[in-house]
Amino acid sequence: MTVLHETPPAAPSGTPPAALSGTPSGTPSGGPPGADTAPRWTPVCAYTDLLPERGVCALVGRHQIALFQTFDGELFAIGNHDPFSGAQVLSRGIVGTRGGSPVVISPMHRQAFSLATGACLDDPAVAVPTYPVRLADGAVEVSAP
Amino acid sequence: MRSSDRLPAGAGTRLVVVGHGPAAARLTEALTAGGFAGRVTVLGEEPRAAYDRVALTSYLSGRTAEDLTYPVPEGVALRLGRPVVGIDREARTVTTADGHAEPYDTLVLATGSSPFVPPVTGRDLPGCFTYRTIDDLDAIRAACAGARAGVVVGGGLLGLEAADALRGLGLTTHVVEMAGRLMPRQVDEGGGAVLRRHIEALGLAVHTGTGVREVVAGPDGRVAGLVTSDGETIEAQVVVFSAGVRPRDELARRAGLAVGERGGVVVDDGMRTSDPAVYAVGECALHDGVVYGLAGPCLTMAEVAADRVLGGEAVFTRADTSTRLKLLGVEVAQFGAAEGALDVTFMDPVGGVYQKLLVSDDARTLLGGVCVGDAAPYDTLRPFVGRDLPAAPGELLFTGGPADLDVPDDAQVCSCNNVTAGRVRAAIAGEGLTDVAGIKSCTRAGTTCGSCVPALRKILAGAGVEVSTALCEHFTHSRAELFDIVRVRGITTFSRLIAEHGTGRGCDVCKPAVASILASLGGGHILDGEQAALQDTNDHFLANIQRNGTYSVVPRVPGGEITPDRLIVIGEVARDFGLYTKITGGQRIDLLGARVEQLPLIWRRLVDAGFESGHAYGKALRTVKSCVGSTWCRYGVQDSAALAVALELRYRGLRSPHKIKSAVSGCARECAEARSKDFGIIATEKGWNLYVGGNGGFSPRHADLFAADLDTGGLVRVVDRFLMFYIRTADRLQRTSAWLEQQGLDHVRRVVLEDSLGICADLDAQMERHVASYTDEWRAVLDDPDKLRRFVSFVNAPQTPDPSIAFETERDQIKPVLIPLEATR
Ligand SMILES: Cc1cc2nc3c(=O)[nH]c(=O)nc-3n(C[C@H](O)[C@H](O)[C@H](O)COP(=O)(O)OP(=O)(O)OC[C@H]3O[C@@H](n4cnc5c(N)ncnc54)[C@H](O)[C@@H]3O)c2cc1C
Repeated sequence: MTVLHETPPAAPSGTPPAALSGTPSGTPSGGPPGADTAPRWTPVCAYTDLLPERGVCALVGRHQIALFQTFDGELFAIGNHDPFSGAQVLSRGIVGTRGGSPVVISPMHRQAFSLATGACLDDPAVAVPTYPVRLADGAVEVSAP
Repeated sequence: MRSSDRLPAGAGTRLVVVGHGPAAARLTEALTAGGFAGRVTVLGEEPRAAYDRVALTSYLSGRTAEDLTYPVPEGVALRLGRPVVGIDREARTVTTADGHAEPYDTLVLATGSSPFVPPVTGRDLPGCFTYRTIDDLDAIRAACAGARAGVVVGGGLLGLEAADALRGLGLTTHVVEMAGRLMPRQVDEGGGAVLRRHIEALGLAVHTGTGVREVVAGPDGRVAGLVTSDGETIEAQVVVFSAGVRPRDELARRAGLAVGERGGVVVDDGMRTSDPAVYAVGECALHDGVVYGLAGPCLTMAEVAADRVLGGEAVFTRADTSTRLKLLGVEVAQFGAAEGALDVTFMDPVGGVYQKLLVSDDARTLLGGVCVGDAAPYDTLRPFVGRDLPAAPGELLFTGGPADLDVPDDAQVCSCNNVTAGRVRAAIAGEGLTDVAGIKSCTRAGTTCGSCVPALRKILAGAGVEVSTALCEHFTHSRAELFDIVRVRGITTFSRLIAEHGTGRGCDVCKPAVASILASLGGGHILDGEQAALQDTNDHFLANIQRNGTYSVVPRVPGGEITPDRLIVIGEVARDFGLYTKITGGQRIDLLGARVEQLPLIWRRLVDAGFESGHAYGKALRTVKSCVGSTWCRYGVQDSAALAVALELRYRGLRSPHKIKSAVSGCARECAEARSKDFGIIATEKGWNLYVGGNGGFSPRHADLFAADLDTGGLVRVVDRFLMFYIRTADRLQRTSAWLEQQGLDHVRRVVLEDSLGICADLDAQMERHVASYTDEWRAVLDDPDKLRRFVSFVNAPQTPDPSIAFETERDQIKPVLIPLEATR
């Protein structure tokens, strides 16, 4: 039931690189940070702390990371920062699907963001970072640079 | 028509208008819109500015004179209560009854017509009335207060309207019509018979083929009855004459202007009388041998005259006198010619429907038609008059014809404002219009008598403006359909609903909508189990999100009534948590700038002091505003504050398709602004008047009178049903105002007041369940450690505040520091 993302999902072909530059993590997609350093995993909460389709936010270093568990139990982690309003609120959006893929909808101005890629589905020039996330011994762990 | 490279039209001209009815109002509006630079003076006989006479009868069902009155353009000098008694064409002055002489360069007669009262004995007795002005209606209403029965003389369009009014005022009502059938000008014999059955079924007595011999007085000198020309005596205390109208051409006649043999000021195609300095428009004008008694042609005449005054060359051509109306709940329509070579008739005596099409002898060209009971053919076929029929006439009547009938571009859809189908289509395409309201404001079509609105809807649909009712990509159902599915199948979770009736896992549209449906049907706490994941962030944190990610707190203050001690608690909480504080329009207090982890601490203090959630965050009842009412106010007639408190406590927490606002005013001065609310109550000497469908906001709307003089128990029952019916049937995010326009006020009245759908017991039970199961959402959160744990900024650092939130000070209070967006993207 639970799928673990030991490595971040691959960037979709449609994600424009320009949108990804300058994002806080610098590691939106395409591989773990640094070629030879393994990701540093930080446990943030118990798997049972998460409600399906309701996000939470974890503070890892200076990164605010929005964590989600979808209906089928999969875990996702993206930046909490809403690029349209500037507020740290994406973890508080409604989780659902668009065209079958999981999304979170910003509670501010209602743009949808892909949980898998961070891409904004309503504005192709915008994306938020994604982070590696896994389940280890009942704990949810994320990796931030 | 007009060239624009001239001096401002009419500079220095003194234009005087005699009469201020709909035609005069349209004239001054068109002059202003056309940039008329002269001086416009209007001399009116009635004591009030021009109002919508077509809607006159609605004055008796709650619309005020103010509602019906047209706006007066700036710069127009309006002199009311000043009848003109003479025209001196040589000196170019008109004289008013008080002896004032007003000079003119251009004069426009817009004197309308007066009701014809047959010269019978007793016609001037107290208790005899005509039916044309607001003053007439005030007098009729007063006379009906002590009367049992009334007679309307005349069974035409206006007579039946008057009969409807008498019936509405509680009188046993008779209609006496000289011709052999009702509405002889609009319907033929077959239609008249069907119409008569409808009207008699409503309890009205119809006497056709007979006139009035005399009106007889009782010992008090007032009307006691009416004797028909058959010799029958009808007992009545009120008689209303509505036996046709006569153009008011007396001024013109005395001034030596040409008038018609049977009345009316003769005008040419430019609305000019026999004196080039004098125009005549509206019901007083005689054009090409015809005096028009309908608003549409009168308004067109006004526009033509305005264009001419402005130097244009507009012409008035013989106008369409098609009519479509609903009288006493019966649809009646007539269009095109009254006679034709061939006719095709559809008759359903059981359903009370009569429809006839008149066609040319080769059965190809449509000439006209008559409908009683169901006027649908009018909507589809009127634009085809004089053209090839779009299908065989029989098929058109029996099946309504092909669904995608395309009205030709040059065919007129709105005859009142002379708007063609092409103009409507151009506006839809050019302005991207998506609804009838847009068409109305862009083209004026449908704004006068409203009979073409169904046709406008068809054009909208034909233009590919898909008015889909699907909620979102996950459900093909409308909100109302989902409500029924959930209710009837007893579904209690979103997961089951979407698995059985939808696709995917939902979105920000369907999830909150379903959450609201579940909550309306008594689904427990909105954060219980799976429901928590359906709520948008406001409902999820039971607070309203602000632009920097903080939230606002609004405790309930029922009716706006608050003790000093509680007021102090709010002040202390605001001070201790450093919140920005503001008084809201709903008579309560908004505390802004709280971080999520502060919300439970703030609410602990508020709940301990006796406050509860104000639901400012929910699509739910917000507030019931009030004035102080009869307890304190020297004008108050009922205790509005007590009622407001009771209503707010009854409906608090009720989840609905959109927010619901209410107010109660203690007297007709209306200090609580009840008529701008979804349901508003205004005290009367006898009880309460209930208004519904009011709205401030983006498109303001005055509420309509729904029921009058209710006692408190009766009022609560009507509001219960009204709200529950709205909750069941409205679209997502549809306020009561838009819902009411979609459903029709009469329909909702019948459902709620007469139980026409047989669902009132159900609605009552549903409301009782809501009232019985209400608990304070915030107290429940404070009592539940599982729910409380969600109120943190960071799941892994519950004590840490969000470092991105910062404030500065302005006018002694906090304000959010906003991070420039460029820096954050
Ligand atoms: C109850 C009712 C229902 C109706 N329903 C419909 C309908 O459904 N559809 C439709 O198309 N039409 C309907 N009509 C007809 C419509 O109201 C008229 O066609 C329209 O009002 C004509 O406008 P007007 O300005 O020409 O005249 P009026 O409305 O008669 O206005 C003329 C004004 O001039 C004033 N006046 C007259 N003489 C003088 C003077 N010497 N000095 C100063 N002022 C003067 C009068 O007092 C009056 O205020 C209805 C009318 C009534 C009464």
